Amino acid sequence: MRLSVKHVTRYSFDTPARWLVQTHKLIPSTCASQKVLSWKVNTGDAIRGAAFRDSAGDMVETISVRGPVDELVIEVTGEVETLDLFGVLRDHRESVPPTTYLRSTRMIRPDVALRDLSVTALDGMADDSALNRAHALARAVNEAIEYVPGETGEVTTAAEALAGGRGVCQDHAHALIAVAHAAEIPARYVAGYLHSGGDAMGEASHAWAELFVPGLGWVGFDASNRCCPDERYIRLCSGYDALDAAPIRGIMNAGVEEHLDVSVAVMSQHQQ
Amino acid sequence: MNGRNNLVFNEMLNGAEVRAAYQSLERWHKSMPDDLRTLKQSEAENLFKRVGITFAVYGEGGDPERLIPFDMFPRVFTSSEWRKLDRGIRQRAAALNAFLADVYDRREIIKAGRIPEHLVTRNEAFEKAAIGFRPPRNVYSHIVGIDIVRTGADQFFVLEDNCRTPSGVSYMLQNREIMMRMFPQLFVENRIAPVDGYARLLKKTLASVAPEKCDSEPTVVILTPGQFNSAYYEHSFLADLMGVELVEGQDLFVEGDFVWMRTTEGPKKVDVIYRRLDDHFIDPLCFRPDSMLGVPGLMSVYRSGGVNICSCPGAGVADDKAIYTYVPEMIRFYLGEAPILENVPTWQCAKKDDYKYVLEHLAELVVKEVHGSGGYGMLVGPASDKSTIELFRQKIIENPGNYIAQPTLSLSACPTFVDAGIAPRHVDLRPYCLVGETIELVPGGLTRVAMTEGSLVVNSSQGGGVKDTWVLAE
Amino acid sequence: MLSRTANHLYWMARYIERAETTARLLEVGGRNALMPDIGGGFRNDWEAILQANGTLEMFNDKYSDAVQRNIETFLFFDADNPSSVLSCMNMARENARVVRTALTSSVWDAINGAFQELKQFQRTERSKLELSDLTEWTLRSTALIRGCIETTQLRSDGYHFMGTGFGIERGDNTSRLLDVKYYVLLPNVSYIGSGLDQSQWVTLLRSMSAHRAFNWTYPGELSAAKIADFLILNRMFPRSLLSAISQTSGHLDHIGRVYGSVTPAQTKVHEILSELAEAQVKDIFDEGLHEFLMRFMRQNGELAHTVQETYLQGMPT
Repeated sequence: MRLSVKHVTRYSFDTPARWLVQTHKLIPSTCASQKVLSWKVNTGDAIRGAAFRDSAGDMVETISVRGPVDELVIEVTGEVETLDLFGVLRDHRESVPPTTYLRSTRMIRPDVALRDLSVTALDGMADDSALNRAHALARAVNEAIEYVPGETGEVTTAAEALAGGRGVCQDHAHALIAVAHAAEIPARYVAGYLHSGGDAMGEASHAWAELFVPGLGWVGFDASNRCCPDERYIRLCSGYDALDAAPIRGIMNAGVEEHLDVSVAVMSQHQQ
Repeated sequence: MNGRNNLVFNEMLNGAEVRAAYQSLERWHKSMPDDLRTLKQSEAENLFKRVGITFAVYGEGGDPERLIPFDMFPRVFTSSEWRKLDRGIRQRAAALNAFLADVYDRREIIKAGRIPEHLVTRNEAFEKAAIGFRPPRNVYSHIVGIDIVRTGADQFFVLEDNCRTPSGVSYMLQNREIMMRMFPQLFVENRIAPVDGYARLLKKTLASVAPEKCDSEPTVVILTPGQFNSAYYEHSFLADLMGVELVEGQDLFVEGDFVWMRTTEGPKKVDVIYRRLDDHFIDPLCFRPDSMLGVPGLMSVYRSGGVNICSCPGAGVADDKAIYTYVPEMIRFYLGEAPILENVPTWQCAKKDDYKYVLEHLAELVVKEVHGSGGYGMLVGPASDKSTIELFRQKIIENPGNYIAQPTLSLSACPTFVDAGIAPRHVDLRPYCLVGETIELVPGGLTRVAMTEGSLVVNSSQGGGVKDTWVLAE
Repeated sequence: MLSRTANHLYWMARYIERAETTARLLEVGGRNALMPDIGGGFRNDWEAILQANGTLEMFNDKYSDAVQRNIETFLFFDADNPSSVLSCMNMARENARVVRTALTSSVWDAINGAFQELKQFQRTERSKLELSDLTEWTLRSTALIRGCIETTQLRSDGYHFMGTGFGIERGDNTSRLLDVKYYVLLPNVSYIGSGLDQSQWVTLLRSMSAHRAFNWTYPGELSAAKIADFLILNRMFPRSLLSAISQTSGHLDHIGRVYGSVTPAQTKVHEILSELAEAQVKDIFDEGLHEFLMRFMRQNGELAHTVQETYLQGMPT
């Protein structure tokens, strides 16, 4: 499928901001399931530099603005040819050993409830294939946390999301990583885009988890949608959790109130 | 001397006889009247106070600008003793760096089954951001502090490695300065190898690892967490000796492909950062987002080759106490050599057999936290009461992987001034090995001394003192 | 040099100057308290002093009575009062400590020594400390620090940032002292020329160690015009506004030369300097002394701001 993306992030500041610095992971890498046809990141007058491909295979770039500025607009546009590989990440250049992704962070630390969920989901599956076990975990998370926007926030942990029983894709991904870790399965957070059919707004900016399945390698699981990423998905970048995998991380001088406005549209070529 | 001390190796004595290296010191202290000694001791304290060497101890209240006790009786190594230490230290520093270069790249040592993967990849100090990238000259840990204890005439053991940012070198330098100032005659009578080349060698080492993009004389800076850090004095002392700027995170900023320093004449490019700041604080855009001490974007510039950071974030994976056990293995694996300095035998509570042994012998052992430092979170079995031992037993049972145990070594003792003349006190040694284009080591190091009779804890945060350390020239 | 280093040196100097001013105020107040109680008594005098120090409100919140003992405590020892001698000396030492390596050891010794002695005072029973001991100690300590700076510091940019700090702070302090004397103590014009007025003016001169210098410079009767001329426009008197500004100007010009560029800070200081150099006392009184002083304080403040922006934030604008 040929997908086109337009992702605009607009920061506006109450008082003019100075010394903005951001690191971006806004460029998808080409792998077996996606081929980048064209891609452009426009950051206006910001100074760009220090670009490199990180150990997880994602392109990282830094931008800085001395300011003072009232707003900063980051506009991403591009086209990607995608293929349904049933979530399997293949031909992706990276150098992090999978067991590194057994490390915990505040967001994904499994508490007793998450551990219980993990054990229950895998009950009687000791002899099952690793892939089936991964599917079982994703299913369990989907059933335990109802998809309800607005109930959780950026800093909600997996444990909190499970306790509340509601959340969005970030919470599903965190919870899935946590239950995978509880079962000693390496797992990580993936940020990307989703072409969700007719309604192409809002949900277009998406997140899911990847679990390491021996024999297959990294396999994506979207617990929110009870599926594995297919040709509707564009994989942007990965990390331990949402913070580590954030496509944009930034800092500016203290005391400035910022307002964020994000719009993402993903369309398949024949719709245009 | 109490009964225990009879078993202790006394570095000054050979039986009842004073060893040759100490004979001049023996005459010196015997001919020094008590009142002169008191006078000199307070002179030394005043000198320390005046130069401002103080040591802030976290979480202990009291005067944050406390002095570390200085003992005027020097510790002496003969040139042949030092030759062995020198070779052993350089060997170890080379192997630790080879290990870091390997685990952040091809991981041959894991593939060869010589070290378990989980000890590396699941280690808190293993840094994802350092994988798949080669720092300049492939050096990860540029200043390696190796803690060495002695138990006999020819028996030296490495107690632990410090690959991140070992502190204390300012004491090594100041102890010598003060001794030379107070007792010049001693330096006439004895041929003592100088240590004052350290700052020059440190600067040379740091400059030698400037990134390739740097095409002129590299600008080196020391990055400090600030004046409230316990080692701030050392940071400013080293910056001053090297003639480089001492910067805080707020003095640096990232723009384009480089890191810049804010100066009164405008931005100035920085090439090498000797950071005295923990990994997790150096860049809020890569690590802890709440860090106010770091430089946003620094890691990106580092990874893209615009600046070098010494030591490399993630260098700590080599000095972890669980990894420590494998250092002799590293020496054999990477250098194809036999280790010159031995490790202290270590039981890892994560291993089933070791765990059992440790719990059965707690009263005889020293138990340490795998990630602990500074002598905190440590059990010295023979010196502890029953309830403390039981407390540790519970801790180990709860989280075995977090603990290692070692036999209680009978640390060597050195003559140390006490109220009634001199008496033996336990000591250790931390030399500072510099790794850049070449490996450099000044003859000597920091001798830490447990000022209390019988105590084995030499850490300055626990009331230990320091001594000048002599290496006699041949 | 590192902007932050320059910033610490600059503020170190400002705090030393400020500690000295506070001590001088305290000295004057102590002396006034010995004067016969005329027209409202010493209470008013102490209040004026707190006003000049910019801390009257804070004092009233904290202490019930404006008696000498309380004011001494407040102006000398009170760590909550940012202008107390203790606070200023602490801040000076803190700034110095951070940039230890930019100072000679004798400058550091002088600052650190003063700090240690001050800690000793804190531990001493108050009844054993005379007010004059405290003020004399402060003037002596700050003089020692200045002396060490003058005789041992390299004439590098760092030295000139200290000089800039001394100059800017001094201009601010003199103008405050003068303004309080004129505006607060004499709200009613009919007092001018009265006996009280005379002793108040003399006190003002004393607070700047300028009483005898004034008499040598201006023979004849004391007059408001002569005093204003002396404290604002006299080139010989080191605490006059003109002296302070030309000192600041000299240091900024040095920095500009070293860096090989003319900066907005220089432009600003030259502007103030040329205005003061041309000014006549008559013009000042025509404008109104208070109005003139307010304007000067604002200009001096703008200058401080420009110095900060130009050099001390690492990003010349």
